[in-house]
Amino acid sequence: MQDDVLLRVRGLTKCYQGDEKRLDDVSLDVRKGELVSVIGPSGAGKSTFLHSINRLIEPTEGSVVFDGREVTELSRGDLRACRRRISMIFQHYNLVHRLTAIENVLHGRLGYKSTIAGALGLYSEEEKRRAFEALEQVGMADFAYKRVDRLSGGQMQRVGIARALVQDPLLMLCDEPIASLDPKSSRTVMERLRWAADDLGIACVVSLHQIDFALEFSDRIIGLSKGRKVFEGAPADLTDEAAREIYGDIEIEGLPSEAQRLRAATRIAPAPVSSSAEVA
Amino acid sequence: MMRSASGEATSRGARLSRKGSIRAHATEESNAVLWAVVVVLAVVSVFTMATIDYGKVDFFTACKDAVGDFWMMVSSPGLAGHFTFADVMEGLFVSLALAALTTFIGAVIAFVLGLFAATNLSNTAVAAAIKAVMSFFRAVPTILWVLVFSVAIGLGAEAAVAGLLFHSIAYLVKAYSESFEEIDPGVLEALRASGARWWQIVFQAVVPAKTSEILSWTFIRFEINFVNAVAVGAVAGAGGIGYQLFLAGSFYLNIHEVGLISYLCLAVAVVLEVAATNLRKRYIVQH
Amino acid sequence: MEESRSFFRAKTLSFLAMVVVFLLVNALSATYVGFDFIDAAAEVPAGVAWMAAEFLPTVESLSKLDSILPALASTVLVSVASSCIAAVFAFALAVLGSRTVGVGKVAAFLARAVASVFRNIPVVAWALILLFSFKQSEFTGFLALFLTTFGYLTRCFLETIDEMSTGPIEALQAAGATYFQIFAQAVLPMTIASAISWVLYMVETNVRDATLVGILTGTGIGFVFDIYYKSFRYDVAGLAILAVVVVVIACEMTSNFVRRRII
Repeated sequence: MQDDVLLRVRGLTKCYQGDEKRLDDVSLDVRKGELVSVIGPSGAGKSTFLHSINRLIEPTEGSVVFDGREVTELSRGDLRACRRRISMIFQHYNLVHRLTAIENVLHGRLGYKSTIAGALGLYSEEEKRRAFEALEQVGMADFAYKRVDRLSGGQMQRVGIARALVQDPLLMLCDEPIASLDPKSSRTVMERLRWAADDLGIACVVSLHQIDFALEFSDRIIGLSKGRKVFEGAPADLTDEAAREIYGDIEIEGLPSEAQRLRAATRIAPAPVSSSAEVA
Repeated sequence: MMRSASGEATSRGARLSRKGSIRAHATEESNAVLWAVVVVLAVVSVFTMATIDYGKVDFFTACKDAVGDFWMMVSSPGLAGHFTFADVMEGLFVSLALAALTTFIGAVIAFVLGLFAATNLSNTAVAAAIKAVMSFFRAVPTILWVLVFSVAIGLGAEAAVAGLLFHSIAYLVKAYSESFEEIDPGVLEALRASGARWWQIVFQAVVPAKTSEILSWTFIRFEINFVNAVAVGAVAGAGGIGYQLFLAGSFYLNIHEVGLISYLCLAVAVVLEVAATNLRKRYIVQH
Repeated sequence: MEESRSFFRAKTLSFLAMVVVFLLVNALSATYVGFDFIDAAAEVPAGVAWMAAEFLPTVESLSKLDSILPALASTVLVSVASSCIAAVFAFALAVLGSRTVGVGKVAAFLARAVASVFRNIPVVAWALILLFSFKQSEFTGFLALFLTTFGYLTRCFLETIDEMSTGPIEALQAAGATYFQIFAQAVLPMTIASAISWVLYMVETNVRDATLVGILTGTGIGFVFDIYYKSFRYDVAGLAILAVVVVVIACEMTSNFVRRRII
């Protein structure tokens, strides 16, 4: 692999039978510690794109090279091993409701474990310590033994991030991580992702609805429209014209003003939240 | 929040087990109850299987024979001269007719009782009283109701229907009253405020809004009633295809006839089941 | 909740049509089986009164409790065991046959077909067939209940598993978990509460069905009832009924209590 490109996507395409292409020839390079936002209207293929990278959706064509390996050609066993280092965060958190926060976080370790140990939930002390550390890092240590369905949306998403962190990932795929959250929780979650990229060197690919968050937190933005990549550039490059090409001719709320674009360009990485920072 | 007293080595928020390792699983009330139930059920099951009376037959021979009998039943259904096909069809229709009558009479009675059992249309005491009586009705097995009625009013269609009625009514009262209770309280309040009488509210607001749900529940009960009609026909001698099933199995000892009758019951039951499932999906959302 | 008038009228009309169909079907059925509404209306209340008097247990019938209680216990044990053991098999079949975590379309179809056959063959037919080889014993009753329950629970579990949200499964797949790990760590925790509710419901249903099956297999409370019933000791038969009622209501209350607490 040349330089420090961690993820190299080339010509990624997904067709469904009798449907038009949901994803059409999308390419992208992501470096270590970089946070790339994927924006675009509903149905533009953002989610399909993210799911095609770790083959939760099997892409029809194209190549995905992650950490020097061609993901699209991996056998089932190798794919499982590869997925350990690619963690995923979901819009609806996708936690197992009956279980506690710590049990859900430990699920991030399953890929490293034997089938039996994983199925029985037998984790090593080291893994448990790591899981508590991750909960601490997202400010949820005090909720470790709470059932996750007793938590608020923002808290659940932070447990989701902790689960992603204990995988020791090189890459995090975040599928609309804040689409179901209020603005305050959204900010906490985005700050955590930014911190993971800056301090832990984890590359993040984040699909977002909210342009303002994309502008504020990303190193780079790509815009999808009808499955095609129609924009790629720094937040500062996202002009009204570019946005119009992504979203069509509709009026978009939250499109960046000149001031916002300026602020985005001079963004300062936020400090880690304290555990008492409550999110509604 | 519990913290470990020993401090620095452990993570914040972590609880330790007696051996000093971090706990990954916490005993939370709902999970504790769940596990307790699972353990109790498992222990009772094991105890039962260990102490159950297996009869005087050799277990493995019996298993082999049972599989053979089952195979004979499904692979070669037929008649052996004890009944004609017309007899069996007549029996089937008798069972269906008993089920239909039970459903109909049950629905009428249950509709009235259901109105009084719905907490938003009736007073609490009446509703509670009806619900208590219904749970008594439900607790007595249908077969016992039928047997009791066949001595009380003489063996026949009346006894069968009367016996089948109790569960029908109990089931439908529960279904209807719960469906009435889902009516938007705002609508009822608005009608009451406009001076509508009780029966006006019932027939102008409650019934029209719940017609399809009521009919769906009624049909679902018809399916159950058919199954019950077959069963009581067999055991109480209340007629219908169930009685023929009993004769074929217990008196003529003819597996082929049991097979044929089972197929007929299966066919009717599957048709009714598919219809009931579709109705349930279409009109009854929450179940 | 505003609906238009024509909608109401259409609804009323279809309702009336249904009522007419119902009435016709019933008139036909009544003639067919020789059911007389007026006779029934006259006889049933008198019958109920007679029944209430005859089947009321007396002080004397209490002496038969020592034959009733062991039979009752046997019925309850057989019901619990048949429900639980059937549940284990049904759950396995339902997982393999589910549309979300199953092993394919063929398995999904087969699981549904098997469930439907086992559920819809009358429990009486099962009992009669099993009597040929297993003769009259508790185990015969157990097997008959087991087979019907297996069919019924498979269907319930299939529904439960297919309704379960697939998100957590996707999340575990994304983390590299194996099929068994996903089953134990996500599918099981997400479905167990509902599965246990179904099992408890089946225990209650099976207590009633076991009474019926017991009459055929000569075991349990059904058999005891049958003996006293056939020898015209209605007071003791009434006591047996009362015993079943107590058990069924106790089952119902227990399962309601548990159900609220395990959600």
